Amino acid sequence: MSSTWKAGNSFGRLPSTHIVYLVALLTLVVGAVLVATTGRNFFSPGNISSILTGTSVLGFIAIGQTLVILVGSLDLSVPYVTSLASLIAAGVMANSSSNILPGVLLALGVSAVIGLANGLIVAGLKVHGFIATLGMGLIISGYLATNFKGSFGQTPFAFRLVGATGLGPVPVSTLIMLACAVLAMVLLHRTRVGHHIYAVGGDLNVARMSGIRVQTPIITAHIICSVLAGMAGLLLASRLGVGSPTVGSQGGYDLLSIAAVVLGGTLLAGGKGSITGTLGGVLIFAMLDNIMSVMQLNPFVKDVVRGIVIVVAVAVYARRTILKRPPRFGHGQPEEPATKQEVAA
Amino acid sequence: MRTKGIRTAVTLAAASSLLALTACTTDPSITENTGGATEGASPGATEQAEWFDQALYDEQNEQRSATFEGNPDEPWLQYIAGDMTDTSEFASEGEHKVCFANASISNPWRQTGWITMNQQLQVLQDEGVISEMETRDAKDNDNTQIADIDYFINEGNCDAFIISPNSTAALTPAVERACETGKPVVVFDRGVETDCATTFIHPIGGFAWGIDTANFLTERLQEGDKVVALRILPGVDVLEHRWAAAEKIFAEKGIEATDYFTGADPTEIKKIISDELATGDIQGVWMDAGDGAVAAIEAFEDAGKELPVMTGEDEMSFLRKWQETGIDALAPVYSNFQWRTPLLAVQKIFAGEEVPAEWVLPQEPITADELDEWLKRNEGMPDGHYAKFGGEDLPGYPEVWQQRQMP
Amino acid sequence: MSRTLHADSGAVLQQNRAGAGERFRRTLLTPGGAVFILLVVLLAAIIAVNPSFGEPESFIRFIGRTAPIAIAAIGQYFVIVAGEFDLSMGSVVTMQVIVAGNLIGDDDAKVIPVLLLMIALGALIGLVNGLATTLLKVPSFIVTLGMMLALFGLVMYWTGGAAQGNPADSFRQIGRGGIQDVPVLGIIPYPVIILAAAAALGFWLMRRPYGRTLIAVGDNATAAALTGTRVWWVRTRAFMLSSLAATVSGILLVGYAGVHPSVGRGYEFTAITAVVLGGVVLGGGRGWLLSAAAGAFALESLFTLLNFLGVQSTWRDTVQGVIIIVAVAAAARSWQRRRRGSTAPARAEQHRITATSAKPAEGTEQGGNGY
Repeated sequence: MSSTWKAGNSFGRLPSTHIVYLVALLTLVVGAVLVATTGRNFFSPGNISSILTGTSVLGFIAIGQTLVILVGSLDLSVPYVTSLASLIAAGVMANSSSNILPGVLLALGVSAVIGLANGLIVAGLKVHGFIATLGMGLIISGYLATNFKGSFGQTPFAFRLVGATGLGPVPVSTLIMLACAVLAMVLLHRTRVGHHIYAVGGDLNVARMSGIRVQTPIITAHIICSVLAGMAGLLLASRLGVGSPTVGSQGGYDLLSIAAVVLGGTLLAGGKGSITGTLGGVLIFAMLDNIMSVMQLNPFVKDVVRGIVIVVAVAVYARRTILKRPPRFGHGQPEEPATKQEVAA
Repeated sequence: MRTKGIRTAVTLAAASSLLALTACTTDPSITENTGGATEGASPGATEQAEWFDQALYDEQNEQRSATFEGNPDEPWLQYIAGDMTDTSEFASEGEHKVCFANASISNPWRQTGWITMNQQLQVLQDEGVISEMETRDAKDNDNTQIADIDYFINEGNCDAFIISPNSTAALTPAVERACETGKPVVVFDRGVETDCATTFIHPIGGFAWGIDTANFLTERLQEGDKVVALRILPGVDVLEHRWAAAEKIFAEKGIEATDYFTGADPTEIKKIISDELATGDIQGVWMDAGDGAVAAIEAFEDAGKELPVMTGEDEMSFLRKWQETGIDALAPVYSNFQWRTPLLAVQKIFAGEEVPAEWVLPQEPITADELDEWLKRNEGMPDGHYAKFGGEDLPGYPEVWQQRQMP
Repeated sequence: MSRTLHADSGAVLQQNRAGAGERFRRTLLTPGGAVFILLVVLLAAIIAVNPSFGEPESFIRFIGRTAPIAIAAIGQYFVIVAGEFDLSMGSVVTMQVIVAGNLIGDDDAKVIPVLLLMIALGALIGLVNGLATTLLKVPSFIVTLGMMLALFGLVMYWTGGAAQGNPADSFRQIGRGGIQDVPVLGIIPYPVIILAAAAALGFWLMRRPYGRTLIAVGDNATAAALTGTRVWWVRTRAFMLSSLAATVSGILLVGYAGVHPSVGRGYEFTAITAVVLGGVVLGGGRGWLLSAAAGAFALESLFTLLNFLGVQSTWRDTVQGVIIIVAVAAAARSWQRRRRGSTAPARAEQHRITATSAKPAEGTEQGGNGY
């Protein structure tokens, strides 16, 4: 990823992904200096591991959220899907390693069904994603509050290893998250449905008129988003050792993931954006949290900083893009979705 | 192609992680049989797991009338006699660094305690016991708090850990990891499912709260009377225990109790009471925390109904409204002064003095007789302040609490 | 925002040209009209469960306590119809509640100055939201999300989490008191009067050129800009109206409920839900102001009905979720039906408009691209 930092073009011509990583680099430098003033080392293995751990859960959810936003929808139900998945996984596994596979499959399966329902409500019933998933979130939240009293189940040792193991300072969970990111990129750029996601998000009517079955990409994006939220739930079940009905909402992952996606340069209205940018956005958030925690900032001030950074960072390239309209698709990407170009023309 | 490069790199990294499992850095404390009870195999089987725990209920019921060791003028140092932890191995001279993993300061009770804790810290710093306290705030998030504890273990250079767990089961492994460093670990407020900590500090508990309050209400009400129970949110054990005990007593005494979740939002509370009053009279109001108690009383006033028998908390807004209206009420206390105790425990530990393995602090409700005294002692404090905060002898009293200054 | 629901611009124009009687009939069949039917059904259900609710005094009190959320919904309507979101609403309410509690205290003389300060603060926050959205081109979802975090954090930091206490009773009377001894009703709570005034003002505003421009901007900002509209200023004023509405809600809530940092929490989502229940389309350009207020009443009635029915407290979220989805899905179907029934010229016009907006608009959601 460091190659993106080498961008030597003048600022105005940079694609927003480059700017995302420039902002990340800036955060890194400022962070390293600030952390050094407290007598700590920003680059120590423990700190790097702490930052990367911070990226994993939000990373999973933000990747899924990127797909949903690209297709022109939103997903506010992710925190509840995450909690539900953690409960299902921990409940099914019940501290027995032979149950790991059924637990994982059932948790992801249920997540996929929720995503399917979201997709059908958005694409079939024409309910705006904001309302559809807000409603779905409420439905699941009521189910969780009624049926689960506090933490539940237990994940076995082998499964807890996933959350506790690292390759040097790099947690395995982060690697799995990055693998999911790669799969999402492949989906977006190498498959028909991926191209259709861009097309539908760019303009639903034009996509429809050009013969795309617009339901398919919307539903696919929602299913993947929920499955990735389920993955986040599995990771949390692994880290916590138990399932928890509140672990998703504790993180505020709904709004935070949307913020990370937009911070990563994806258009909130859909049709434009990238997974790589989202990862940059997640990384910025993780570093910011880490720095503020090391600095022992008052928790309320942390929110103030977070709020300001979100707006200012997005403003940096949002404004620039208006001034200098970039080509509709990033330069140097001949394999870019051709469908979309035809559609938009 | 840049993207291709990234993709390859990431794929390689992912693949190599599988190959390199031998070189991996598994946390040594993750062991096969950590944690407590395993529940049924499917979510359906144990969905209706209840909070009520007869053994704990009986224990806390007894502790309500137990004798506490120590000076009653310093309730934050009192405890019920029991097993003591020998801390002679930790005895050492000089200043020590304390690392505090806090669940959050997201409600007035925790904020008040946090202010008190910082003033206590100042005293111990002046005495040369503690060099500094590094604090990480998990913002009510289990996952963040686990990462915070791991960060302290790896990077904190800590001489002692203080942990206020965000939830019981989820934080157990992380607390065990802290224990395995061999440094003293002090857990307070909510507990964890391990007794590896040097001491676990807490007031008697939620069941005692539920028994105190429900007994108070049932003594004053008749069979068939109606009580509205206002609860903050589901799924938090310290709060659920309060309701579990109260609900049981109400059921036994034939009191009709309806519970609502309010999020501590006075708007919700007022609407709920108004709706309940529209369907029939309410004789009693029970709360699992005092926030918003004033709104509940105002709902009766606005509807022109007779004020209920009520239990709130030792929050100033409730105490003031109680005095103003002269209602028949009780203010149960979840002793806020417990925020002083962990640092004092650290002081004892480094002095090599033994500390209770489970440090049960007094938890005495404020009754009508004592109301005026507690109001007088806390004059000028903001509404969100807690009467039994126990910081009157600390530096900065009373300005720091009045201005609610916190780092 | 999302284009998923974008479709029928022409139909509305067609509709507005119809005669008054015809318009009323059609209106009831639109989502904006259907919310009134939903409201009547919910109110009837409440009265069936608990007849005393239908008494004039109970009912007027119900209107009074719904006023804060209805006013918030009216404010949110301006932003949503302009094609934006205001997520900072809840934090603005909380801030105003705490400002009132801490700055007024027991001093009656401070009521007016602090009231003016609160209104100025409300306008300022709206201005910042609006300018960041329009001039800095940051999506309003993000601007107001940032504002929501920053504002709440600032207020909590300033107060150390707890307000000093309730402000003077004279101030709280605005939200708690009313005109006494009114025949039939018994009492007219001040919030009812304030709501009526806010609704009338909003209704009037939407009939003024500003309202028409606002809808035009929400429907198609590029087209509006081409006709010489100063899009940025139209939108910024919408944000200011929203924050000011949140300020009024906050003033009423201080009176109704008292000061606590949790007052106002979740208000943004409740307000947006109310607006959408009122048939206003997320993405802008479609919907009626009074329907948004009716949406707030429908939502409040639903909560009240759940209270009266004694639904288990933990299941309420679920019921609410189902009803929101069903109501909005039904509304979407009815828009669709209307579209199918619309005339060929309307359809053609609609295609023309949507085709324009397919180009990267001079809108606010300009991120970048690349990997």
